[in-house]
Amino acid sequence: MNAVVEFRPRDAGCGDAPVLRERGQREVFCGLTGIIWLHRKIQDAFFLVVGSRTCAHLVQSAAGVMIFAEPRFATAIIDDRDLAGLADANEELDRVVGRLLDRRPDIKLLFLVGSCPSEVIKLDLHRAAERLDGIHRGRTRVLNYSGSGIETTFTQGEDACLAALVPELPQAAPGAEPELLLVGTVADIVEDQFLRTFRAMGIERVAGFPPRRSTELPAVGPNTRFLLTQPFLGDTVRALEARGAQHIAAPFPFGEEGTTLWMRAAADAFRVPTTHFEQVIAPQRERARAGIARHRERLAGRSIFFFPDSQLELPLARFLARELGMRPLEVGTPYLHRQLLAQELDLLPEGTALSEGQDVERQLDRCRAARPDIVVCGLGLANPLESEGITTKWSIELVFSPTHGFDQAGDLAELFARPFNRRERLKALEGQV
Amino acid sequence: MQLTLWTYEGPPHVGAMRIATALEDVHYVLHAPQGDTYADLLFTMIERLPKRPPVTYTTFQARDLGGDTAELFKNAAREAHERFKPAAMMVGASCTAELIQDDPGGLAAALDLPIPVIPLELPSYQKKENWGAAETFYQMVRGLAGPYVPAPGTPRPVRAEGVKPSCNILGPTALGFRHRDDVREIRGLLESIGVEVRVVAPQGATAADLARLGEADFNVVLYPETAQSAANWLQRGFGQPYTKTIPIGAIATREFIAEVAALAGIDNDTAQAAGRSRAPWYSRSVDSTYLTGKRVFVFGDGTHAVAAARVAAEEFGFTVVGIGTYSREFAREVRAAAEKYGVEALITDDYLEVEARVAELQPELVLGTQMERHIAKRLGVPCAVISAPIHVQDFPARYAPQMGFEGANVLFDTWVHPLMMGLEEHLLGMFREDFEFHDGAAASHLGHGSSRPQPPQSDAPIAISEAAAGIAASSSASEPAAGEPVWANDAQKELGKIPFFVRGKARRNTERYASEHGVGLITVETLYEAKAHFGR
Repeated sequence: MNAVVEFRPRDAGCGDAPVLRERGQREVFCGLTGIIWLHRKIQDAFFLVVGSRTCAHLVQSAAGVMIFAEPRFATAIIDDRDLAGLADANEELDRVVGRLLDRRPDIKLLFLVGSCPSEVIKLDLHRAAERLDGIHRGRTRVLNYSGSGIETTFTQGEDACLAALVPELPQAAPGAEPELLLVGTVADIVEDQFLRTFRAMGIERVAGFPPRRSTELPAVGPNTRFLLTQPFLGDTVRALEARGAQHIAAPFPFGEEGTTLWMRAAADAFRVPTTHFEQVIAPQRERARAGIARHRERLAGRSIFFFPDSQLELPLARFLARELGMRPLEVGTPYLHRQLLAQELDLLPEGTALSEGQDVERQLDRCRAARPDIVVCGLGLANPLESEGITTKWSIELVFSPTHGFDQAGDLAELFARPFNRRERLKALEGQV
Repeated sequence: MQLTLWTYEGPPHVGAMRIATALEDVHYVLHAPQGDTYADLLFTMIERLPKRPPVTYTTFQARDLGGDTAELFKNAAREAHERFKPAAMMVGASCTAELIQDDPGGLAAALDLPIPVIPLELPSYQKKENWGAAETFYQMVRGLAGPYVPAPGTPRPVRAEGVKPSCNILGPTALGFRHRDDVREIRGLLESIGVEVRVVAPQGATAADLARLGEADFNVVLYPETAQSAANWLQRGFGQPYTKTIPIGAIATREFIAEVAALAGIDNDTAQAAGRSRAPWYSRSVDSTYLTGKRVFVFGDGTHAVAAARVAAEEFGFTVVGIGTYSREFAREVRAAAEKYGVEALITDDYLEVEARVAELQPELVLGTQMERHIAKRLGVPCAVISAPIHVQDFPARYAPQMGFEGANVLFDTWVHPLMMGLEEHLLGMFREDFEFHDGAAASHLGHGSSRPQPPQSDAPIAISEAAAGIAASSSASEPAAGEPVWANDAQKELGKIPFFVRGKARRNTERYASEHGVGLITVETLYEAKAHFGR
């Protein structure tokens, strides 16, 4: 190991820290919300939620705006006639899908997305997808996954979607050259940066998953090694491992340190010489450091409290603590995947309170008592907290903005600096609601 | 099953949330899975409310379904009561909880809480948001004012000498389209003509206020979508009449004042002198001549659509070429209005149908919801928003009512704004080939940011494919089906000189004229023959 890229946890870390497990009202989205970015990422895929009017209303409201440009998602709204008999509901679904594909012959991949109502009435969307796949074979592939709130929280919808897509990946030839797969949706520009950097290291065979078109699915096999770009992909990891692929454990590529460690893990797995690795990333690391330094003064020493939302909370808290000198008070996450986050936990400052799940009223009590300088929370809580005089950062923006990698590290820091910046500028308005 | 891209209304429990959030000291315990809390952001982000909606969600998960979701509900209701200490509680189920049939009403009753608990039965798989709001408001009013209903046949006590006539204002909710400003405007109007406003409900009312609704002489119903059923019940129970006129537009405001004067027993002439709107004179002034006969398409909730169509016809001099609503509950009223304008009403909550109708009618102005704003933007038609569903833009910082005299002024400004100004429109018609008057140029006062969007591409998304088909039908005329008239090159060029916002109509009319008159080749002459034939 080279001293330049080696980081040791500042102290003992949070590897063995106790976790407060909460069970109560959760102020989080369900997995259907992932459709909002997934349908933009996979450009020939369509997402058909089989659910209620609530599901349709959620998907259209979740982004805070209605995205009218090219919606490749819709809801088949179950009504009381469907509830009267299940056979009928299947026929209805066939009719709706037929109508949809007639209108959109360009769709190559259709996801039937399960919801709370479809799960509760036990509408078997797996069988429905198989049946519809047979009907539309050769034109449109039909798959299913569940984004229901009774099973998935927010970003877990992407995990369920990708896990459903893994069996579709072509089998890599035995004895194929080792290939690196970057797993998880990131902005196209970020993905391109990553691909460029890995190729510059000499890892020529590198691809992203999910692909931008369903016809460009990467092959997978025992010679596939994969890095996660996102921490919420536990089921996808299992599905890829079942195909023989090997997971490269690493912290997540947020910040200069996180991105370096993440890339280094892949470089080691592909036996990239250390000096070459360092040479390749040196200019990017320098840019990342400079980008982060600009916001350090505003953020250093400030305390931060995370409400659970996207499962990005731990990596983000680690980045803010180690690279910007912030003090995480409580880091809440909807689900703590200890194995995938083992290295993140080690890097998190000791003494950080961790919580999993939510009882929003109790967490608000703890938050008010802790008096953090900034709170990361969902859209339902942000304005009410601001009106109490608490500075907030909407968590959804952290999912919807390019934040990964070296060249976005400064932007990521800026997302946290902006609320402070704004508060300073608007100081004269303090206390006015 | 219905294929839905965009919904005009949320589920009925969101309607109940709009009532709960409007009320001051009421809490709603909703049996619902994780994810249904998305609805909070409608209030905190779109309406920018500085507080959370007073709603507790039980948040059951898949693993609870085999166990005791009923116990989960009881704990949530008990804890919500302890924490928030509401004066009354609403309990109900969202769509998923409706399927598991836990009976929130029965469970809450078993808790024996020391406050009124009103159970809500809102069938999620049949009904929608506005119905849910109306049903909730009705149940709340019945539940809280019910104990004060006099014995049947008891005459209403006569108002004592020297006591002002009084009314309640019913209907305004959280997330309502301009409800905040309408209430201020109408309240001011009522007070200025000597009518005391006792309770505004649900917006701003306490549970105790709902209990004393029966005390006022009559009710003013501003939004029948939410208040009609409650007003009917109050009329039956307390003998309180209610107003039927919706004061949108200067004319309807005058009629509203007359109706109120009659109910309050005050002199109408004196009342009418209480205020005036600038809009009627602005509309009559010669500067507005260019508005004459502009073809408008109107779509919204029943009340706003009917009112907007009337204002468009009688106060702007527009021609209503289409009217519709997504509120099936108000289909009858909208059909009656449509008959008045000689058009067929469009009663649908299918966004694609509305889009197809707009594409087909090619109006010069759309008065619709945020949905129609998007449709109009895509089709290059000016649009003003007149109704929910709403958007953060529909909660302007400034005072902008739709109702009353000031509301009429607001309508005048906001409907005229998206149009080309009078002389600009003429110049554009005269000098079509001026490089600054190209098709992409928007009205000069709308700036560069609002240039006309390109028509949909061939890989158009499903939401616009019908509209795209409509456009394709008119723009691909150079390759017509057998038997259809063909455009000569010079005629095609001449057509290009017609401003884009009327070009579609000119093309349609010319082709129709050619077909009807057996003209196979459309020449410049045919174009002008058709213009003369259809000229207004």
